[in-house]
Amino acid sequence: MNDINISILDKTYRAGHVDDRQHQAIADLELSVGRNEFVCLLGPSGCGKTTLLNMIAGLDSHYQGQIKIGSQAAAAKIGYVLQNPRLLPWRTVRQNIELVFQQAPPAELIDSLLTAMQLDDVQQVYPERLSVGMQRRVAIIRAFAINPDILLMDEPFVSLDAPSARQIRNLLYCLWQQRPHTVLFVSHDLREAIALADRLIFLSPPPMRIISDIPVTIDRGLRNDSSQIEAFRETLLNQHPAINGLL
Amino acid sequence: MLSGNLRLKHTAITLLSLVLLLGIWQLAASLAHSPSLPPPLRVAAVFWQAIQSGELPYHLGVTLLRLVVSFSISMLLGCAIGVLLGKNKTLDAFFDNWLVIFLNIPALVTIILCYVWFGLLESAAILAVVVNKLPNVIVTIREGTRALDKDLLEMAQSYGFSRKKTLVHVIWPQLHPFVMAATRSGLALIWKIILVVELLGRSNGMGYQLHLFFQLFDVASLLAYTFAFVAVIQLIEWLLLRPLDRKALRWRR
Repeated sequence: MNDINISILDKTYRAGHVDDRQHQAIADLELSVGRNEFVCLLGPSGCGKTTLLNMIAGLDSHYQGQIKIGSQAAAAKIGYVLQNPRLLPWRTVRQNIELVFQQAPPAELIDSLLTAMQLDDVQQVYPERLSVGMQRRVAIIRAFAINPDILLMDEPFVSLDAPSARQIRNLLYCLWQQRPHTVLFVSHDLREAIALADRLIFLSPPPMRIISDIPVTIDRGLRNDSSQIEAFRETLLNQHPAINGLL
Repeated sequence: MLSGNLRLKHTAITLLSLVLLLGIWQLAASLAHSPSLPPPLRVAAVFWQAIQSGELPYHLGVTLLRLVVSFSISMLLGCAIGVLLGKNKTLDAFFDNWLVIFLNIPALVTIILCYVWFGLLESAAILAVVVNKLPNVIVTIREGTRALDKDLLEMAQSYGFSRKKTLVHVIWPQLHPFVMAATRSGLALIWKIILVVELLGRSNGMGYQLHLFFQLFDVASLLAYTFAFVAVIQLIEWLLLRPLDRKALRWRR
């Protein structure tokens, strides 16, 4: 059963170039993501991954083709961790998280997420007083807290130090296992992607299309073992030499 | 208690500068020794008399009422139109020329035209003030709307914020500094225009009184009325605008 069906014929936009030239970001992209599947998108920077996520999130509807989300009539809840944190500077950390709820915010869930992200002490602080890494963690909590049906993450661990990145990666993984939901995850880090994903999608430079679509066959129980990840990565790069040039 | 000390120091400086200003005035008055430059004490006496006779409070009240009405109308209309023009490029391109024209019509011309076309009426007076102030508000708020953060609006959209939520939590805090700027410049501009409006076509209010004092060469009363007005505007700034600013800008680093 598919959760997201993407079929984009053409996505062209004004590139902000001085001579007003058009930029074709995506051409003939077909991608289906199964329900509760964890998919990593990998590709060179500027290849159109963010554009694709924006289109899935419904922020950008100027394209030819279609994106179908969810099989039920009810609209799927989408949590979107954008590339930059995008917190409201005039609302506290806590208020920023609570604002994304239509109904009363679940205090316990927010508390536990704040604790897990080590942000207890700064709940009542305005975001601009926090480091970018901390702001990023708040943005991640905001997306986790709504219990999304689909979680879109655009390089969420960039600008975090290695230990926090590892910790949040583990948290993401735990949450996903506790409550399965569909995840589309953009990354630059092949090891990270192998450790997390069911499937790796390698994307070309623009106009973006899929170069290869590779299932990660390591058992979920063995993903903590870095030698397993390393071995899978070696085989992958040997079998698909084209990938090396993309990352 | 560094902030307490700082505040004390600040108050001392304010007091000192005001006392110095009074001193200069007193000195100049003693040197000139003319009824056209009365000393501070004489003005204070006139001020007290005018308050006790009820004349000053009446005319001040009338003018303040006109100020509140014309200010509210121009702020409400100006914010609505400003946001609209900031959002809609076609409308903006169309009405931009009108704005430039209205911005550059001298206040006196609008006032005279309003009185000529609609008669020496209260509504004509208010209209004249509004027409003078409105373009300023529109231009300020339009700039604010253009400067709205697209990233935050996208965030609001991706989390399905309702219109009201977006307005209250995303748009309003960004427009706030622009609204405050329009308010401050608006108060300063409007009360000056109102005086001219009253001088030309009303039989009460500060402008009318000032005109009377001019004809009588009564400089002491003129100064007394001026200080009453300046004091009121300062009170509005201290009791209303500053606290509003402090509350809204807590988050700033």
